[in-house]
Amino acid sequence: MKGERRLSDKESAKIWASNTKRWKERWGRTITFISVSLMAVIGISILLFVASKGLSTFFVNKASVVQFLTGLHWEPSKLDEFGKPFVGALPLIIGSFTVTVLAALVSAPIAIGVAIFMTEISPHIGKKFLQPMVELLVGIPSVVYGFIGLSVVVPFLRDHVSGSGFGIAAGTIVLSIMILPTITSLSVDAIRSVPLQLREASLALGGTRWQTISRVLLTTALPGLFTAIVFGMARAFGEALAVQMVIGNSTVIPQSLFEPASTLTSILTMGMGYTVMGQVENNALWTLAFVLLGMSLFFILIIRRLERRRIYR
Amino acid sequence: MKKSLLAIFSLLIVLALAACGSESSQADNKDTESKEKDSGISGSITAVGSSALQPLVEAAAQQFMGENAGTTINVQGGGSGTGLSKISEGAVDIGNSDIFAEEKQGIDASQLVDHKVAVVGIAPVVHPEVGVKDVSKQQLIDIFKGKIKNWKELGGADQEIAVINRAEGSGTRATFEQLALDGATPVATQEQDSSGTVRQIVSETPGAISYLAFSYFDESIQPLFIDGKEPNQASVETNDWEVWAYQHMYTNGKPEGLTKAFLDYMVSDDVQNSIVTELGYLPITGMKVERDAKGNVTQK
Repeated sequence: MKGERRLSDKESAKIWASNTKRWKERWGRTITFISVSLMAVIGISILLFVASKGLSTFFVNKASVVQFLTGLHWEPSKLDEFGKPFVGALPLIIGSFTVTVLAALVSAPIAIGVAIFMTEISPHIGKKFLQPMVELLVGIPSVVYGFIGLSVVVPFLRDHVSGSGFGIAAGTIVLSIMILPTITSLSVDAIRSVPLQLREASLALGGTRWQTISRVLLTTALPGLFTAIVFGMARAFGEALAVQMVIGNSTVIPQSLFEPASTLTSILTMGMGYTVMGQVENNALWTLAFVLLGMSLFFILIIRRLERRRIYR
Repeated sequence: MKKSLLAIFSLLIVLALAACGSESSQADNKDTESKEKDSGISGSITAVGSSALQPLVEAAAQQFMGENAGTTINVQGGGSGTGLSKISEGAVDIGNSDIFAEEKQGIDASQLVDHKVAVVGIAPVVHPEVGVKDVSKQQLIDIFKGKIKNWKELGGADQEIAVINRAEGSGTRATFEQLALDGATPVATQEQDSSGTVRQIVSETPGAISYLAFSYFDESIQPLFIDGKEPNQASVETNDWEVWAYQHMYTNGKPEGLTKAFLDYMVSDDVQNSIVTELGYLPITGMKVERDAKGNVTQK
């Protein structure tokens, strides 16, 4: 009897322990499953919601897609002679692409230069001084960038270049500073991930430091560097507040970089508080949001393609 | 690969949080509504809408809450469109607007009750160095339509005119276009979101012209006379200066309990003769004329 009881105690303890283990495992699995499905549901429902809202400009309000992509007249509250709203978004689309590309062109060489300095030329100064600097730049809220743009960049352009100071140029300057830390830190990662053996091999073959950097490091890290730039561009394309403060928000295609222009995001944030759900003006803003969502998906796809081409990880 | 996955995940998390945020705020609203119904002068209400009206309602709400312990009045901005659509949905207790509900498409004005709490005068403002102080109405329309391009055409400085507009749908812009420009649509030009930004830009940009509510006037900008009439409180009260608008606080149906108490407080002498004038609005009690949603003006 005694022996049996002891055995059953041990057994029950064992069973209990394995039960808890199994239970824990099941519990953990359930939590992860719930998290993943929640995420998927949220992602899909946002996509569907924005699409249904954004497409109703075309289905409910009968605007034409061609008109939207090529038209020059943005005034969704007014109707033309055919009873269709003026939703020519071409000036906004051009504005968005122009500031994004220009900001990347300004920012990328500087950022990659800084990254090379931080990793190859002076890792000590890089770690001690530049790294915290870059992190600080990341932490500054975009409204602060916008405010500095409004009170420093715009007056500077007005006094020293031409026009009112508002325009693509001011937007480009503000945006290139904003995306600088993004591109820099991702470029640092890309260059650091180049294996040491490659550097050693290059030096062993008699390559100078400059040859090693330009022929070996940059070539190997190229897909990573492109990823960094695309990430920066994605951020620039989606940035709303800072751009809205300095670009002037005029829905025309500007003749020069120093005339007021607008972007998809700036018109979207400006119009938000003034429209009523379900009206043409509101649907038109959703269409802009849909275009932005499409663009960020496009950027993500580019990044994934680039990642696949990486030689060294 | 890892990085991009991480990016996608973090994006989704942010979106999830944002979605949760909006859900919980809706729940809050429902909550406040039910609280308000079963208790009379205590509880909490929410007023949402016009950013032009926001400072006044905030100041009045502070004072009201100080005098009536146990009451909470949440004041939020978001624009007149938001105020009107939220109040028609019944999602808030008060919807603030600088335009009549009848003027906004998609709003069923019949179920809303209008409470006019103040008046704002609006006037064209220019950079102090343009050298022009008085324009005719036709000249003003021509400036905003882009027909007059230089201040020297009006006898001012040889300085190009820079028109700065407010965002489409802004109550101030609607009022200005309707009453100062006789319904004319200005040229597509620079647009700004807020009155504060407009004031800063006009004060800094040579040759700039825009329009502002009287409450935003200061030394850095110069208001323009129209046809020799000065934009001030006295001329608005007699409709001599025609460019003015009511500040509306709409309720969905007849107000009750705390909502009614607060709306009564807004038009009481306590608020009208102190906070309203201190903040640069015009007291509703001082108006000698009335205007309806169609724009017909009658003597009071």
